[in-house]
Amino acid sequence: MSDPAITPEVIAKHGITPEEYERIQKILGRDPNFTELGVFSVMWSEHCSYKNSKLELKKFPTTGEKVLVKAGEENAGVIDIGDGWAIAFKMESHNHPSAVEPFQGAATGVGGIIRDIFTMGARPVFSMNSLRFGPIEGDDEEAKTNRRLFAGVVSGIAHYGNCIGIPTVGGEIYFDESYSGNPLVNVFNLGILRHEQIARGGAVGIGNPVFYVGAETGRDGLAGAAFASRELTEESKEDRPAVQVGDPFREKLLLEACLELLASGCVAGIQDMGAAGLTCSTCETASRGGTGVEIDLNLVPKREEGMTPYEILLSESQERMLVIVHKGQEDKVREIFEKWDLPYAQVGEVKDDGMMRVREGDRVVVEIPARQLADEAPLYSREAAPKKEVRALDLATVPELDPTESLLKLLSHPSIASKRWVWRQYDHMVRLGATVLPGSDAAVFVVREANKILAASTDCNAIYCRQDPRDGARIAVAECCRNLACSGAVPLALTDNLNFGNPHKPENFLQLREAVEGMAEACRVFDTPVTGGNVSLYNESPIAAIDPTPTVGVVGIISDPKHITTSAFKEAGDAILLIGDLGHELGASHYLKVCHGRKEGAPPLLDYDRELAVHNAVRAMIRLGFVKSAHDCSEGGLAVAVAESCLAAGPQLGAKLNLHTNGLRPDQALFNESQSRIVITTPRGNAAAVLALLSWRGVPARRLGEVTADQALDITVDGRQYRWGIDALEESWGRTIEKLMSS
Amino acid sequence: MRFAVIQFPGSNCDQDVLHALRSFEGVEAHYLWHKDTSVGDADVIVVPGGFSYGDYLRCGAIARFSPVMGAVKEFAARGGTVLGICNGFQILCESGLLPGALVRNRDLHFICEHVDLRVETNNSRFTRAATPGTTLRIPIAHGEGCYTADEATLAELRKNDQVLVRYAGPNPNGSLDDIAGIRNREGNVFGLMPHPERACDPLLGSADGRVIFESILAERN
Repeated sequence: MSDPAITPEVIAKHGITPEEYERIQKILGRDPNFTELGVFSVMWSEHCSYKNSKLELKKFPTTGEKVLVKAGEENAGVIDIGDGWAIAFKMESHNHPSAVEPFQGAATGVGGIIRDIFTMGARPVFSMNSLRFGPIEGDDEEAKTNRRLFAGVVSGIAHYGNCIGIPTVGGEIYFDESYSGNPLVNVFNLGILRHEQIARGGAVGIGNPVFYVGAETGRDGLAGAAFASRELTEESKEDRPAVQVGDPFREKLLLEACLELLASGCVAGIQDMGAAGLTCSTCETASRGGTGVEIDLNLVPKREEGMTPYEILLSESQERMLVIVHKGQEDKVREIFEKWDLPYAQVGEVKDDGMMRVREGDRVVVEIPARQLADEAPLYSREAAPKKEVRALDLATVPELDPTESLLKLLSHPSIASKRWVWRQYDHMVRLGATVLPGSDAAVFVVREANKILAASTDCNAIYCRQDPRDGARIAVAECCRNLACSGAVPLALTDNLNFGNPHKPENFLQLREAVEGMAEACRVFDTPVTGGNVSLYNESPIAAIDPTPTVGVVGIISDPKHITTSAFKEAGDAILLIGDLGHELGASHYLKVCHGRKEGAPPLLDYDRELAVHNAVRAMIRLGFVKSAHDCSEGGLAVAVAESCLAAGPQLGAKLNLHTNGLRPDQALFNESQSRIVITTPRGNAAAVLALLSWRGVPARRLGEVTADQALDITVDGRQYRWGIDALEESWGRTIEKLMSS
Repeated sequence: MRFAVIQFPGSNCDQDVLHALRSFEGVEAHYLWHKDTSVGDADVIVVPGGFSYGDYLRCGAIARFSPVMGAVKEFAARGGTVLGICNGFQILCESGLLPGALVRNRDLHFICEHVDLRVETNNSRFTRAATPGTTLRIPIAHGEGCYTADEATLAELRKNDQVLVRYAGPNPNGSLDDIAGIRNREGNVFGLMPHPERACDPLLGSADGRVIFESILAERN
């Protein structure tokens, strides 16, 4: 079979610009052949090279005294958690595949992020996810499609995570018009390891054998990385072959076999085959090792006959790894992979010439300098549109609605409503670590191996980011750290998943730059270095770009099991206190969106000093043993926070609150989203002491009321009374998603 | 007492069971590999949860052909104690060590949540430390946990007091007669869908599962 000729059309079809092609010619000193063109196209795609975002990503703080492996150095950053233990964690997107094939798209996303973690030598211990879909209410085709995508993604995540036995313990899900046709599927995994177990992805040791281990290579997922670096169009459905098929059972075996192999001490370097498969793992290990790697495609285990070099190299078949073994220890690999009944083959060796050389028997089919291919993709600083002033919301244009109805409407919006229907489908209890079940402010997980308690949360309010990407990204970090504080944890480090539209459009590039700068600033303030993450651009449906969604995942640590705190009210009679101000800002709020159909106004102000003081105060009160529940005010404001704490309790409890506002509108008092606010409960007798301690710390706080055994939530705002039965609140909050998804 | 926890390819609760077992005094626990042809000197065999062999054909259907299950059958025939949890229960049914079968949950979804179980009898080596009628709060996590059997089998199970635990609250998976776990007629093999190993530490919300292991351990006396 002869390869197609390299014409300008063929080059363009590979997403390579004329300037990039010239650069390729210069690197090679000749024209590339068809296979080499394919190799360059995937390695220089945004997905693999971050060519449009790398210059921005350099703005993130990536160092700190706890950072053992920095972002970008390896597959995932590694953070010290004490006593010789460390964690590796990362978030990654599978947006495009999930838009086309939700079940497999999401499943392979989970598989990919888990491989990234055990490639570091860590045992994966829990997963989370951050998902965005279009609206799921209604009978129109769009809503039906969104429901199908939502159900498919959830069952794909469940399928993969449940089978491989890694608990899915938390995350977030939002529904908004901007994600119709372009859902976001960001998956997170965290693993645990000893400091001395950190595995590296470099092809070191000239003459060391290179092994291919794991599933056979097939034609699935051909050039998925390049597919993920384009906009979705009507024709994207035809790209279905670019979506891979996952096999969690195979990955479970691969995980156990690789950890056993790494423990045996025979591994010199290891790299998973994710995006761009064999191509990426070969040239990246060579580039990291400062060496060359030569492999023979005839030796690669294959699922299908007659695959061309182009297909083998660009395949994104799942559950495969490349392992560089210390010479003389080849038998160890054979022994372990035969024990686990997994395919393996010695496919090549480490060379000293810096080349990625691929042979098919005696014929050389690819010969490219590895470093230039892996690490010297062209970098672009795209044109950013000038920044526009965000207009503050004019409250006079917002009609006052009946708060009784508004609260029910907010609670039944799928973004706020209980996600029980979702997490009930995830095995969140395997590995005996989930001490706080999904649905609280943060997931809290006991890592048995290390006897450490971790807390983790993912956050991003995309309405804020749409209105002001810089402030939105700052708030995402602040809120995530606040969620950890509410659970009793101190934040350690952060991973991010930057979801944006096509960077060639200046308004999109401005959003990316603003969000990165805002996030970087907040990471410095909260002392959470970025351990790595993922950039997903080209998130555009045929209609428009998504709202910018720079999702963050923060991991923290809780020093004592007594400090683990949840959002649920615990006992009637407990005093309800608010740490922080009553607030007043309704700009970019969910009340404005859900009850008034408006996404407008500036997001709430974030005062770092106040925010930090509130986090420290709530942690201090928790450590003193004063706090029975803690829940931050976010989407839907104070009223939603209090309702959620009533409903999360088992059995459900009521609450009676009395607010004196100094002239706020009732809807403003109840639903504003001003930052740096946490609702806590404390035994009645402690309330005065807690308030005194908070005042001494310079943190504003007030007593709002008390938890009741009544089956009702009563709130009085400046003498006006509102009352909701717990049953009605539960019907809105607890049953909405279940009802929508069973219709 | 020596416990052996079987590891099939795809088992994923093996480490959890071992961890839970080791929290009891007087327990020695180790793994047994699926290719092993003997159960060694184990006093109790635990077949843990997970997705043995990927559960690709039918849950537990491939595991029953593994070398170790031949040894487990011989061990059970000699009166040895065998506990199957979740996928382990499915494997015991597929192997013929327990009657009946487990099929897709009523609502077709995988379900993971705490459920209430009622202990039906303490006339068994798996529940003797419990009081009949007590409620145990233990999590389930399965997609195919709906127990089913023909009428004659059900009549047998009832007659011989073989149903050890039933769902006390709403039946989560639609199982026949609210059955959550059964023993064999001889009383030495017990399978249940809920995960007692996930309810052995109060930090995880319940320690009610301990009574199952305490019952097995009570054999010493």
